[in-house]
Amino acid sequence: MDDFTWRVGGPQGGGIETAATLFARAVGKGGWWVATKREYHSNIMGRHSYLDVRLSRKPVEAFRERVEMLVALDGETLARHLDQVRPGGALLYDPKVLDLTVHKLPMLDHRVADALSERFGKLDPSLKDLLQAYVEAGVQPLPYPFEEVADRIGAELGVPSLQARRTLNTIAVAASLHFLGFPLEPLLEALALQFRGKVLELNQEVAKAVYREEVPKLPFQLHLNGYEPGRVYLTGAQAAALGKLAGGLRFQTYYPISPATDESTYLEAHTAFQGADVAVVQTEDEIAAVTMAVGAALTGAKAATATSGPGFSLMAEGMGFAGMIEAPLVVTLYQRGGPSTGLPTRTEQGDLMFALRGGHGEYPRLVLASGDILDAFLDAQKALAWAWRYQTVVVHLVDKFLASMAQSLPKEALRVLQLDGERRLAPRQEGFGPYERYAPSEDGISPFIPIGTPGGFYWMTSDEHDLVGHITEDIPLREYQMEKRMQKLKTAQEEILLEDQYTLYRDGEVLVLGWGTVKGTLLEALDHLPGVGYLHLRLLWPFPKIAHLLEGKRLVTVEHNYSGQLADLVQQETLKRVHHRVVKYNGRPFTLDEVVEALKKVLAKEAPERLVLRKGV
Amino acid sequence: MLELKLADYKAEKQPDWCPGCGDYGILSALQMALFELKKDPSQTAVFSGIGCSAKTPHYLNLYGVHTLHGRVLPTAQGAKLANPHLTVVAVGGDGDGLGIGAGHFVAAGRRNVDMLYILYDNEVYGLTKGQAGPTLGFGEKTKSLPKPNPQGRINPLLLAFASGYTWIARGYAYDVKGLKELIKEGLEHKGLAFLHVLQPCPTYNDLHTKEWFAPRLYKLQDEGYDPYVPEGLPPEELDRKMAQFQEKAAEWGERIPIGVFWKAEVPTFEERLKAYLPRYPEVYPALGQREPLDLEGLLKEFAL
Repeated sequence: MDDFTWRVGGPQGGGIETAATLFARAVGKGGWWVATKREYHSNIMGRHSYLDVRLSRKPVEAFRERVEMLVALDGETLARHLDQVRPGGALLYDPKVLDLTVHKLPMLDHRVADALSERFGKLDPSLKDLLQAYVEAGVQPLPYPFEEVADRIGAELGVPSLQARRTLNTIAVAASLHFLGFPLEPLLEALALQFRGKVLELNQEVAKAVYREEVPKLPFQLHLNGYEPGRVYLTGAQAAALGKLAGGLRFQTYYPISPATDESTYLEAHTAFQGADVAVVQTEDEIAAVTMAVGAALTGAKAATATSGPGFSLMAEGMGFAGMIEAPLVVTLYQRGGPSTGLPTRTEQGDLMFALRGGHGEYPRLVLASGDILDAFLDAQKALAWAWRYQTVVVHLVDKFLASMAQSLPKEALRVLQLDGERRLAPRQEGFGPYERYAPSEDGISPFIPIGTPGGFYWMTSDEHDLVGHITEDIPLREYQMEKRMQKLKTAQEEILLEDQYTLYRDGEVLVLGWGTVKGTLLEALDHLPGVGYLHLRLLWPFPKIAHLLEGKRLVTVEHNYSGQLADLVQQETLKRVHHRVVKYNGRPFTLDEVVEALKKVLAKEAPERLVLRKGV
Repeated sequence: MLELKLADYKAEKQPDWCPGCGDYGILSALQMALFELKKDPSQTAVFSGIGCSAKTPHYLNLYGVHTLHGRVLPTAQGAKLANPHLTVVAVGGDGDGLGIGAGHFVAAGRRNVDMLYILYDNEVYGLTKGQAGPTLGFGEKTKSLPKPNPQGRINPLLLAFASGYTWIARGYAYDVKGLKELIKEGLEHKGLAFLHVLQPCPTYNDLHTKEWFAPRLYKLQDEGYDPYVPEGLPPEELDRKMAQFQEKAAEWGERIPIGVFWKAEVPTFEERLKAYLPRYPEVYPALGQREPLDLEGLLKEFAL
């Protein structure tokens, strides 16, 4: 098998994330490239959550619609994921759940339960009915009593039941791999990455015990893929945090918000590493987060904050302030489903226009978006460098899908960039007098000395100001300062390498335009779509000069939002018409399958102007 | 640093406050305090919010940062934490600090960053023509209000106390000498110092004028009030101090106290940061990255 997806579903807080990480590491130790996506509710404990681990012989970052193997750690998973297993695939489940009925599953949405009632023509179908449907769809049922097995192994090992049941996740992973005919050794190694001491010993013993039992062999087997050392497996949030460290971050502020917080807590947890001693401050709100970061930046510290949509709304005034006083500031925006509180733990790319335009008045800001985990690491470095080079606000767009996705990568790809563009320090002034912080400059970038520079002083104000930073309403000064600030956008557009602005992965008569985390899906989709090209936008503002690439093409945008914000932007900036907008706004990332299908319609000239994709669980 | 004269601390820019405004006295007191403490202007930053009082930094020769309405405290804290060697003063009006910025006012108290916050309290929003500020009492009607104030007054001292400010004092804008001494003490206090300044607005507040305040004000320290709360004070002694504070902080009417109300020894946020940044404050964010990142070490936990 060359393409395999393993899905584990169960209640939030039940350790299914641990299970997925263990599975990913075990197959990773067996040489497979992996990507993991995580879907969860805004809830601490009990609501349904699931993860997909996709295996491939080459680096992978897209996800399929259906899976080869589903592990249901509870009854609700059976109900929610009916039709999600490929015919010929397998379902591993605990037979004790079969006595449940769908309307007795307390966390299952009524809409889902009602749909099942209708489908089975019963008021309250039982999970036996559901299992039957799985079987009829060609899915092989693999009953496996997880808790009983835990108790039995516990008894063998002389471990109390309560303790043995803490290894349920290991049992689920071990059983999956055992059914798949995958060797035990990589799993034992993966456990060693996850646990220490006595807990490791117990989990390894449990895995061995699972492997000692005879199980029926599945028609498809998972073999080793040739292990090579030097790979890492990490999430998007971790990659963004590491990128900030690699970019020289010294000060980070945040207010807790899903899905942005993981980045800040990672930084807080790793300050003991050399060069990583970042001051991380949890503030009272996002207004304080952004303004505190600005205050730190004014002293010469590379400063950033990370948030999601609702927090970004509050940050609008602080970003305008940074733009006005020309403070270098990075805001990492983890987009999630909006508007308002929206879908706090689901993905969306709904904040593109807001990132570009949010706030009153006009100031220069750069906006870049990461397509995948490696991009997140590299872009975080670029964002910091650009903020300091252009002395302004850089918004780094990522999203929930990327934040919680994990991927294996060659370690050497995570490299520290040698970026030009550190802050421009002017020589110290002679004598005692104010420094011309906002002095004329052709490229819009004035000399800058941070607060605390010996011998210097000047003023900064959110009001319009003169060369030393005093308030002014004088007409020529206003015009000059406005033009000087906005000139930075032109300078940035000229200076930033084209490869950092966009990548034309492949040209084609049908040209797809995308930004952010649609990248992995589209790149893999190209393999199935001869004649289709892909232009990936990395820099969204200043908007790259791409009009010449769009000449005579049938243009398609693919993005996670309702209106097709990129399409509007492309039309506005290039005066080229976007013929088709493929959009999705249900909070779940595009699947490879639905994107390929939609683009095939476009190729066949059967597609309407607007295609809404709706897949997902 | 050059040998500076008192006048060197004063910027060329002329204040545009109304004649007789209490802000002039506060500005003079701050200028004198910085001079007397021989503060190096290039190591001193004065932050302000928005409003009449928030123009203060422009009238001083030092790093002056005129921020956003209500956001002076987080901005100032960011600068101080990033460069703990700076002398940081935050200033702003009652609307700025206790209206739009009230959340930041409370949160700053929880942190105890080593800096001084001066609140200019004239009970009105001056720059927008005299609307009721958060310190104007319920039912009070200044000449700029069409109707009596329907909202109640915040007591800045009690709120500062509840929030955890470790040095709490009140001064009077026209008592420049006394105010200067309070500013000096606040600057030298280790931790977050809060100085509440009664600052009559001659243009919009015709209730609490210079003439109204003059006969009412008295100095706490003249009456033997001791604000000092050493670390590890026995609980019953602490209770007594708190009761004494509360009584004086609530006193408003025939007699209004000024002076130092509370002076406690509590670890600063800078000291608390040391728990996870062991080299702080010797190595601080404004210095930039001093050593190359141990990326190899950081990637170990992700190794496959």
